[in-house]
Amino acid sequence: MGPLQSFLKARLGTEVIGLGLFLLLVVVVFSLLSDRFLTAANFGSVAVQLPELGLLTLAMLLPILSGGLNLAVTYTANISTLTLAWVLQANGGPEAGFGAFLFGSVLALAVGGASGFVMGAVVAYSRAHPILVSLAMMIFLRGLGEYLTRGGDISGFPDFVAAIGHGSILGVPAPLIVFLVCVLLWQILLGRSRLGFFTYMVGSNIEATRYSGVNTKRALTLIYTLSGIMCAVAGIVMMARFNSVRVGHGEAYLLITVLACFLGGVDPFGGFGRVTSVLLALVILQLLSSGLNLLGANQHLSTAVWGLFLIAVMVLRFAWKRWIEMRRNGT
Amino acid sequence: MRNLVRANATETWLILVTLVLCLFLSLATEQFFSLVNFTDLLNTSAVNLIFAMGLVVVLIAGGIDISFAVAASVVQYVTALALMSLGGGNWALGFIVAGLCGIALGAVNAALIHHFRIISIVVTIATFNAFFGLLMFFTRGVSIYNLPDWWSDRIILWEYETAGGAWAELTLPVLVMSICVFLTWLLIGHSSTGRQLYAYGDNPEAARRVGINEAAMQYIAFGWLGLMLGIAGLMQVNYAQEVVPNALFGRELDVLAAVVLGGARLGGGRGTVLGCVLGVLLIAITENGLNLLGVSPYAFKMVVGAIILVAITLSNISLETLVRRRA
Amino acid sequence: MAEQAAPAAVLAMRAVSKTFGGVQALRDVSFAVRAGEVHCLAGENGSGKSTLIKIATGVYSADAGAEIDIAGRHVTAPTPGLARRLGVSVIWQDLALFPEMTVAENIAFEALLGARPRLASQRQLRETAERALGRLGVTLDLTAPLRSLPIAKRQIVAIARALVGETKLIFMDEPTASLTRNETDHLLQIVRNLSASGVAVVFVSHRLAEVLEIAEAVTVLRDGGLVGVFPAEGMTQSRLTELMTGQTFDSAVSARDRGTAPAVLELRGLTRSGEYQDIDLTIRAGETVGITGLIGAGRTELGHTLFGMNRPGRGEIRLHGKPVSFRSNKDAIRAGIAYVSEDRLSLGLIQPQSIADNLALPVLDRLLSLGLISPRRKTALVDGWIRDLAVKIGKPEDPVSTLSGGNQQRIVLAKWLATEPRLLILDAPTVGVDVGARAGIFAIIRRLAEQGLAILLISDEAPEVHFNADRVLHMAGGRIVEEFDPRETSLAALELAVYA
Repeated sequence: MGPLQSFLKARLGTEVIGLGLFLLLVVVVFSLLSDRFLTAANFGSVAVQLPELGLLTLAMLLPILSGGLNLAVTYTANISTLTLAWVLQANGGPEAGFGAFLFGSVLALAVGGASGFVMGAVVAYSRAHPILVSLAMMIFLRGLGEYLTRGGDISGFPDFVAAIGHGSILGVPAPLIVFLVCVLLWQILLGRSRLGFFTYMVGSNIEATRYSGVNTKRALTLIYTLSGIMCAVAGIVMMARFNSVRVGHGEAYLLITVLACFLGGVDPFGGFGRVTSVLLALVILQLLSSGLNLLGANQHLSTAVWGLFLIAVMVLRFAWKRWIEMRRNGT
Repeated sequence: MRNLVRANATETWLILVTLVLCLFLSLATEQFFSLVNFTDLLNTSAVNLIFAMGLVVVLIAGGIDISFAVAASVVQYVTALALMSLGGGNWALGFIVAGLCGIALGAVNAALIHHFRIISIVVTIATFNAFFGLLMFFTRGVSIYNLPDWWSDRIILWEYETAGGAWAELTLPVLVMSICVFLTWLLIGHSSTGRQLYAYGDNPEAARRVGINEAAMQYIAFGWLGLMLGIAGLMQVNYAQEVVPNALFGRELDVLAAVVLGGARLGGGRGTVLGCVLGVLLIAITENGLNLLGVSPYAFKMVVGAIILVAITLSNISLETLVRRRA
Repeated sequence: MAEQAAPAAVLAMRAVSKTFGGVQALRDVSFAVRAGEVHCLAGENGSGKSTLIKIATGVYSADAGAEIDIAGRHVTAPTPGLARRLGVSVIWQDLALFPEMTVAENIAFEALLGARPRLASQRQLRETAERALGRLGVTLDLTAPLRSLPIAKRQIVAIARALVGETKLIFMDEPTASLTRNETDHLLQIVRNLSASGVAVVFVSHRLAEVLEIAEAVTVLRDGGLVGVFPAEGMTQSRLTELMTGQTFDSAVSARDRGTAPAVLELRGLTRSGEYQDIDLTIRAGETVGITGLIGAGRTELGHTLFGMNRPGRGEIRLHGKPVSFRSNKDAIRAGIAYVSEDRLSLGLIQPQSIADNLALPVLDRLLSLGLISPRRKTALVDGWIRDLAVKIGKPEDPVSTLSGGNQQRIVLAKWLATEPRLLILDAPTVGVDVGARAGIFAIIRRLAEQGLAILLISDEAPEVHFNADRVLHMAGGRIVEEFDPRETSLAALELAVYA
């Protein structure tokens, strides 16, 4: 192994290097297939699409790292934005001021956090399987949302809402800025904070973590609460993009977020996984989708390719592990 | 008897809760306790019960499947196209094509899980997206309404005119569902293969050491679910009288919730046919009851979600505290 | 060669080698067991015992050149099925049972095997199970799920399963590891009965006294190689230890008087119903107090209470003279109490995570700067402790699971010493640690005591407390029944009191 290789490995881990190679492959293949792939317009559209899925994936990441799952991410996002939409409507709809928006956003974050808090508390104190708890929460929130909105859209927001969704600062789309800030926050949370450290430990062995003096119940509750808050951020960004709220917006993203985490090398049983590699996985997914789009395919084909891509990556990881084992046995 | 109750605590609880719920609804509404309502409940639950029979086998063997509902949509479309190209076909051909197609899709999952050692949730989330995306891409989301008559005709096996003039009837999906329930009961409860599936889900390492064939376990579990999802797809078309590519999207999580409510454990080794049936029926009865009580249909799911959440919390907490006190 | 394969040998293995990923686990080992013999397989962790068992039972295949005869038949490549048909069974250390299934199904599981599906008759399973239990002279509720049985009864289920069919040889891998003394006696009696009825038993146990009590012959392995086959008669524990480790150990009582030092921990009438009663105990600074007794005597439960994992029903805990009450182990750690769990694999360490993270976990608060974990402080902490306790590791980023038992235990000690405790509770600190590495662990513990740390040493091995504690308390039935001074009592007297 060369010194550069081992330096990169130590800094980034094999996962990031592998995904980086995939990213390169995707870029090369599509730029050969379409001359519109390597253009500012294409990257612009990727930058606009990335944040919605990306924010929801960040919300999914924490629970998976802790050895669980949060199947309620999309509906938590919906319910949170409903709160914001009502605050705006109560303050005059299109005439509502920015103050109302801020207040509504804070309420939305609180609602998202509350939903996560309930899930986390149930997971922590009843020790029920997180898949079940979040599944039940998802069914509940979907029902609640449909009941409150009667299945309809809520729209009629002040102009600045759409401006947030479509505007840009120094050429960088506003949603992308929100996303990158959240990525940074998660990176710090998982890499440097106490709770992040506990998340990994709880994901590997919750009892041993408790024996080491960690209040694991509190940690789990906080993990899901933060996941819920991140859902609300995703919801607000989605609302600004669509300029409307409907229960079911982003529903199709649910299993894609899980897919993105697995693609990013997150251990399905918890305990291992990095924000950077998940970010890379998200970029690959969006580039795949935009590349196929340029070649005339629709979103459905992209969905299928995402699924097949995950399978291919998992098979390659398996083969890689086998190869390393064989090489070790050979020498 | 004590062992029976102890070994089947979930089922016992479910029976009690279902009975109390039925009693309450019988007193609170006029229509609930009627033959028409009961047959309706069976007709509407048949498809979910068939799905549940497949899923519970996979859960017992220690796996999970997210892809089965969209796989059933794929089966529906393939079966419709195949039969139409064969000039219409008949029920026998329909069962063969749908069954084989379902088994093939199940085998894809099993192959990826077994030969490449990828855990089932990762595989089936990937195949969920692959199946659904490819189906929507190739069909362009277009539904098929022009189905052979034998398939889309309602087949009433038994009917009875009640005093009020309403008709109580049982349709074909109920019969098919009963057969599936019986076969699954035979498989997991009373065959050597079924007991191997339990053992494999319960303690895979021990199963390996006593010489259980792991590949066989994966292919049997996912193959059985494949067969069931094929049949369920066939029956759903008979019920809905059309093939809509995204009609079953999202059904997987509802069925999963019902099966787990019925006592199957994520992680394997636990789950019964009776529990599954009770789990599906309890949710169906709740929705039915809310409807009869005049609650807005939009609120059904909310109440069902809340019930499952409370049920999960209570069942886990009570066990936990009991164990703590004993220890 | 010819005489080893004589008909009397139920199992004869010759020239067995096995390599895993470049590591040689077994090197040209021979092993033979006669019909009806109780044979012990002895060796430290990693000496190749388990590999040998797995090759004999077909779980692993040996490298080319090995010769294996089972029941007089030359077997080129044993499979689990073939070994079983020829009458070889194994009782694995983890029992390999199915908790969700019934007792009958667990015992008669073989009847359910095979690729061809057929109806599983619960009545037939019960009859098979009953016959197998009958051979042991035991009755169990056959329809109860296995998970409702205590560990000792599960052990019986595992033995019964091994007896189904024409069994000629049973391997027992650490069968007594989690049994109480009475249960162990019962098990040893069962082994004797089996032997009398012509079934050979290969017994693997780290409790050497047991081994010498039951076995007729001992095969010793070291580092994957055969040391030799010895008759059990005339063998002593220390000689056997020497053969296993290749080193000699001389044990000396290390007890000293700490009469004047200030008391760190005082317990007065501490009681938790069903677990322990009326515990009075004082530990002074620098003093090591040993508690020994049988499994189920309430030792571990007492340790849990002192560590804040559960609350006492009655009585008082005083630390440095002040009464304390802990809501959780977090409070206990803050008050200066550390607890090394008996279950290092699943409670002591987080096996898949790195050595560095395991070390940092209990003292994370001290690594914070501006609310965030400081990588510099973390590296300093980790490097410091690894040097201090002379832990042999590759990189601090390696998973803890890559370390040997002895080095893992040093990491556990380091992790707790980093919290700067004033009372250290050690619960069975040498479980799964090689005899050779134990001395190193106790050297560290003795050094800590010299520095004034109060230590509570809990162990079910009387010699361990006898040689390493200043005072020894014997606990039975939840009470402290007797106190010994190792300087005035012989080890034999202590063992007699505890195990009799």
